[in-house]
Amino acid sequence: MSQTFIPSTETVFEKTGENTMIVNMGPQHPSTHGVLRVICELEGETIVRCKCVIGYLHTGMEKEAEYQTYHKCVVMTDRMDYLNANGNNLAHALAVEKLIGCEVPKRGQYLRVILAELSRIASHCVWLGTGALDLGAMTPFFYIMQQREMILDMFEMFSGVRMMPSWIVPGGLRGDIPPGLETKLRKFLVEFPKELKVIEDLLVDNPIWKERTQDVGILSGAEALALGCSGPIARASGVPFDLRKAKPYSSYEDFDFEIPVGSVGDVYDRFLVRIAEMKESCRILEQAINGLPEGPYNTLDRKIAPPPRQELDNSMESVIHHFKLYTEGFRAPAGEAYAGIEGSKGELGFYVIGDGSNRPYRWHERPSSFMNLKSLEVLSVGRMIADVIAIIGSIDIVLGEIDR
Amino acid sequence: MGLIRVIFVVGAVLALVPPLIWWERRLLSWMQDRIGPNRSGTITFPDNFPLKGLAGKKVRTFGLIQPLLDGVKLFFKEDITPSDVDRKLYFIAPAIALFPAFALGATLPWGPTTGLYGILTPIADVEIGVLYVLAISSLGAYGLVLAGYASNNKYSLMGGLRASAQLISYELAMAMSVAAIVMAVGSMKLTNVVAIQEGPLWGAVPWAQNWFILTPFGFISAVIFLIALVAETNRAPFDLPEAENELIAGYHTEYSSMKFAVFFMGEYAAMFVFSGVFATLFLGGYNILPVNWMALHEATGAGIFKFLSNANYWLAPLVFLGKCFAGITFFIWLRATLPRLRYDQLMNLGWKSLLPSASPTLSSSDSGSSAPNSTESLADGPPQSEPWSSATSST
Amino acid sequence: MFGEYLPILMMMGVAAVICTVMVLGSYILGPKRVTKYKSSPYECGVAPLGDAFERVPIKFYLVAILFVLFDIEVVFLWSWLTVFKDSPLDFKIFTGVALLIYMILWIIGDAYVIKVGAIEWDESTSLAPEKLIDSKPITVNTPAVPQTIEAQ
Repeated sequence: MSQTFIPSTETVFEKTGENTMIVNMGPQHPSTHGVLRVICELEGETIVRCKCVIGYLHTGMEKEAEYQTYHKCVVMTDRMDYLNANGNNLAHALAVEKLIGCEVPKRGQYLRVILAELSRIASHCVWLGTGALDLGAMTPFFYIMQQREMILDMFEMFSGVRMMPSWIVPGGLRGDIPPGLETKLRKFLVEFPKELKVIEDLLVDNPIWKERTQDVGILSGAEALALGCSGPIARASGVPFDLRKAKPYSSYEDFDFEIPVGSVGDVYDRFLVRIAEMKESCRILEQAINGLPEGPYNTLDRKIAPPPRQELDNSMESVIHHFKLYTEGFRAPAGEAYAGIEGSKGELGFYVIGDGSNRPYRWHERPSSFMNLKSLEVLSVGRMIADVIAIIGSIDIVLGEIDR
Repeated sequence: MGLIRVIFVVGAVLALVPPLIWWERRLLSWMQDRIGPNRSGTITFPDNFPLKGLAGKKVRTFGLIQPLLDGVKLFFKEDITPSDVDRKLYFIAPAIALFPAFALGATLPWGPTTGLYGILTPIADVEIGVLYVLAISSLGAYGLVLAGYASNNKYSLMGGLRASAQLISYELAMAMSVAAIVMAVGSMKLTNVVAIQEGPLWGAVPWAQNWFILTPFGFISAVIFLIALVAETNRAPFDLPEAENELIAGYHTEYSSMKFAVFFMGEYAAMFVFSGVFATLFLGGYNILPVNWMALHEATGAGIFKFLSNANYWLAPLVFLGKCFAGITFFIWLRATLPRLRYDQLMNLGWKSLLPSASPTLSSSDSGSSAPNSTESLADGPPQSEPWSSATSST
Repeated sequence: MFGEYLPILMMMGVAAVICTVMVLGSYILGPKRVTKYKSSPYECGVAPLGDAFERVPIKFYLVAILFVLFDIEVVFLWSWLTVFKDSPLDFKIFTGVALLIYMILWIIGDAYVIKVGAIEWDESTSLAPEKLIDSKPITVNTPAVPQTIEAQ
């Protein structure tokens, strides 16, 4: 095995002990959630040290975005964290809006909240299913995926696309709330907590589940901050930091919701925090759909958001705006802007530098999974190999976001 | 004669493995709100089919032949032998893994030993029955360990090591829990174990059968034995040797094609046979209900009980099969419900919980069977009133 | 010659025949397109480092030895178990007490094994702390956890 096209393990990792064994987990492994590669040095089954190797899903989207207009960048954000596509759309839209100084009407903001919270629930559903599957509990995966299907159905009603809606764009949304969505959403809000209860019954008090998750991968609050963790991981460690409260965007200050915070910071706490978050998201959704204001959902600046379809029939100016927007896009002033949102996995931000043209000069994401993944190397030392799987599951990574 | 019996039982086990796989997949699907394999095996007879009743009809088998088709597919798959394996061990390991299931099946009495069934069952009524069961079941570890070791794959090696430590740890608890049964029976022959269970319950209730699961010590033994059983068959939540989320496929990572299928079949056959062992040891073997029909018949004179007693005799193999299926259903139910244990927790459970709790059952059964009106009165074997129950009490 | 064990030997033979037929059958029927990467051990898609015939941790031998010890103790019981039921009462009482003592010793043995940590598998005993390389890779010098959320 001297010269192979596959990078050999020895190039990145040297054995340190007599009795240790170096084992590759990934990139082709059932439970590294994609193509994460974790090189572990094991003694028996205990991890002496481990190292994450990423980049197997690198697609160069940040560079690609520099050749696209601000509107076209949106479809690339979907593909980054494909489980929380609307969250990514929202972060990108907020950053660009900050750069160009544009305000979205209240209705648009509420609709964005609905989409983002649905996305958060969908993302947590996948986390719950796969996380439980990693620990050998098959059944919750199938139960929770049915609920995710309902959310994806709603996305389909919005945009015709199930996983990559690209519905939130700079300046507002691509369209208003579709007919029939409200009924479906209300039905979902009744059904979902019941289904969640079923899964809680299966797992929360299950002695084996508790054995497997409690006191595994404990991250203290200070460590979480030092490692740059955010989102449910930091909150499970007792850091009550949630951008929706700390720095409200998109009218989150209008809603009444709690931030679940853990006390121990182990895998079990992360599990509980995310379960609680799903319930809080349901509360937000209920308030948002009840209090959905009337009015336009897009900014009225026709240079940024396209005019409504009926205006095109009787206004030449609208046709010109429409044409210009879809061929050339809008021009952003020179400058830079960063906007972060509370994604499903942590602080999710976009950093955009404009140079006066219709394309970003530099476009960069603060990927929440990437920051959170760093904690893996710390958490898994001294644990068994089965714990590493549990920890990866609890960190909830999406390789599309990490490698971009 | 012997060879016919052997081929009969091997054939039965082999024939039952595909329905078992189908049952597991279907039941698991139902438990998980999905459909599972239900398409293959639908036969549409042509309109000019000779049999008039079938012409133009669609016959559904609800995916029952899916496992068979999978087997055929595996036959035509490339048999990859990795370059650096220990060849001899690599080839012999699947055979060793499959063997215990068959060998265990040989001693199980799947029907009454008198009359017609007596010709066919059991294949080998060995004097050391229970001990033999324990010995052969630990043979299964060799297949797994050798497969893991020979594969030259780190995941396989870990799976093999896990298998070895897990199987021998639970072997102990298993042996301890069965010891109580042997004591109450006074013999290790499995046919005797069943015969004793046909006696009166607690030595006092003549119309009920003394199934060991109904006795206090037997119940504790049964629980321990059941847990150890799940561990011995490498089923969830103890499926650590092949934990696919941790070790890819564990000890059979490097096995492909039919060699993998042999492991697979071995697992299911073992599940089936171990369920049979449990039924034999604790659930009264082939008896349908813990009721002594003949005693009831004598007490009440009702002819229905005589009929039921006969039915109990003739349905025995089916009942035994039913109990095996119930056991497998239990395995599948566990798999659908429980997460997997971690390795150290598994060892802790085996050594710290099961083993210490298994040993008092022996002492309790010791005091229990010394008590005047307990199983002691069963020493003469089952009541002679039953037409076919004789010639079994030969301790 | 083998008496009642003859069918079991036959069973072995039949099992061996079945395995051979199945494995050979697929060997004959299946395609054979050996490539270098296909026949290399599976290590999640990268070239493996060294082979897996490595030194096995001592823990596993310890478990094996403990198994042998305890299992032999159980095996001693078996001959006694089978004769216990049909034996006279004085023998029962005498051996029953002996068994109780034996079992108590057995449990003490198990307790001792547990106490000295022979079957501890978690990190506290299986790895000495100094062997945990990079166990403190980050220096925590951040300010204390903010307990209140900064209102913006």
